[in-house]
Amino acid sequence: MIKVEGVSKRYPGHTAVDNISFEVEKGQVVGFLGPNGAGKTTTMRILTCFMPPSSGTASVGGFDVMEQPMEVKRRIGYLPETPPLYPEMEVAEYLTFVGKLKGMGGNSLRKRVDEVSEKCNVADVRNKLVSKLSKGYKQRVGLAQAIIHNPEVLILDEPTSGLDPKQILETRDLIKGLAGDHTIILSTHILPEVEQICERVVIISRGKVVATDSMENLTNRMRGSEVIGLTVEGQPESGIVQEKLERVAGVSRVILKLAQDSTCAFEIESLQGRNVRADLARAVVEAGWNLTELRPVSMSLEEVFLQLTASEVSA
Amino acid sequence: MNNILTIWQKEVKSYFVSPIAYALLTIYAVVSGFFSYVAVGYFLDRSIGAQAGRGGPMDVNEWVIRPVMMNVGVISLFLIPMITMRLFAEEKRSGTIELLITSPIRDYEIVLGKWLGALTMYACILSLTLVNLSVLFLFGSPDWRPVATSFLGMLLQGGCLLSIGCFISNTTKNQILAGAATFGVSLLMWTFDWFTGFKSDVWAKVLAYLSLTSHFEPFSKGVIDSKDVIFYVSVIALGLFLTTRSLESLRWRS
Repeated sequence: MIKVEGVSKRYPGHTAVDNISFEVEKGQVVGFLGPNGAGKTTTMRILTCFMPPSSGTASVGGFDVMEQPMEVKRRIGYLPETPPLYPEMEVAEYLTFVGKLKGMGGNSLRKRVDEVSEKCNVADVRNKLVSKLSKGYKQRVGLAQAIIHNPEVLILDEPTSGLDPKQILETRDLIKGLAGDHTIILSTHILPEVEQICERVVIISRGKVVATDSMENLTNRMRGSEVIGLTVEGQPESGIVQEKLERVAGVSRVILKLAQDSTCAFEIESLQGRNVRADLARAVVEAGWNLTELRPVSMSLEEVFLQLTASEVSA
Repeated sequence: MNNILTIWQKEVKSYFVSPIAYALLTIYAVVSGFFSYVAVGYFLDRSIGAQAGRGGPMDVNEWVIRPVMMNVGVISLFLIPMITMRLFAEEKRSGTIELLITSPIRDYEIVLGKWLGALTMYACILSLTLVNLSVLFLFGSPDWRPVATSFLGMLLQGGCLLSIGCFISNTTKNQILAGAATFGVSLLMWTFDWFTGFKSDVWAKVLAYLSLTSHFEPFSKGVIDSKDVIFYVSVIALGLFLTTRSLESLRWRS
């Protein structure tokens, strides 16, 4: 559905997007993840024909953004970082205006305005001025605006930024609800959001794609070896405990996290594919100490992300 | 065509739901009312002199309507930057320009729609002059034809300044800057023919030709000269063309 090949965007003095390529299948929800200033917005603007790439090609639904921008624009619903609202319009009036811009009209537009107002939970404010709306409502009107012409592709630039937690949840639910009918690209720097909504993730840092994969694969790939948190009581000498743990088969590294009175906590890394938890527990108990905690420390997307973008920095 | 209409509608509406339209209409009504009153006052004063055997033939068209219309041009000079300054600058600042550009409409449709919206606003303001002039028709019988051509001339001249203002508004996010620059350019174009007062080389002639006032003169006398019409229409076209190109360039530069 969306194909980006070797796209770069250069400005005098710096490169915002550097030779990125990725593809999005029809009906997928893809998270566009990266720190601020990574080039997410620039990439989205290239896809929406707001600006052309310096080099490379991008196409939406088989239409090139440079050659057939009108066809691309017809197929895309776009919510920029700040929703493009006219404060002096009423909500329904605004949605009608956008509908007309997208080439709709007459009865079908009127029906569609009611439909999207309902879908995006803005029906109760349809006769209110946009300037009087709360931020959450504005964001939802922005979403309604993006889907008014029932586009095949939805491009959402940080759809939850600046909202309060309740509004964030509502917006996420809304996006999840839209997922079936549209191909969605959404950018964010909030990681749990991607974990919740997206099937695939494209991680971008300093204008480059550093990883693109399904959510599952990505966390698995990055996890590599398992990390276990372990706390022991009853042995004031942490060195002895550490030595004992290191001797357990399959353990690659033991890191002392905390040693206080007779309590010490460790983080234990095991070799790939080895489950050492049972052995660790036995070792501790056999030594006569109390095992008070034993838990897997899973690697969150947050860590994956930091690891990926950090390695980019050091490279 | 539909798209132009959509944009035009939105523009006209946005003038009239905000205080801009009412403020401009009020300012214009007061100032042009005062100017008309003064013109009529002078005329009355002179007509008393004429009865006493001084002065030449009295003509309402020549002594009242023409000066009033020239003054309308001067007031427009101040009002037009206020009409055009928000056209693009506001959309750029608030980010709504992204909606327009990523919608399946062409750049020239956006520009034309906006310019027509501004022209409509300007025409509404101009029409207030008719109220002032109608008094003359109530108590006298001046020739209506020079009045009609003057209005046409004013609309064309306004159209020129509006298209220039449109272009300037598209070059900045800052409304005040857009307004100030438009005012400066308008004032210069208004006074270019002052050159001919003391210079007569080619430059003076070129600048005098570019002067908006010298092309308005014939209209105010009831003459529609094709060379003036062509001048105004080509300035309008140039302004709109430049606006369209700068809207395009926004994408390459931003």
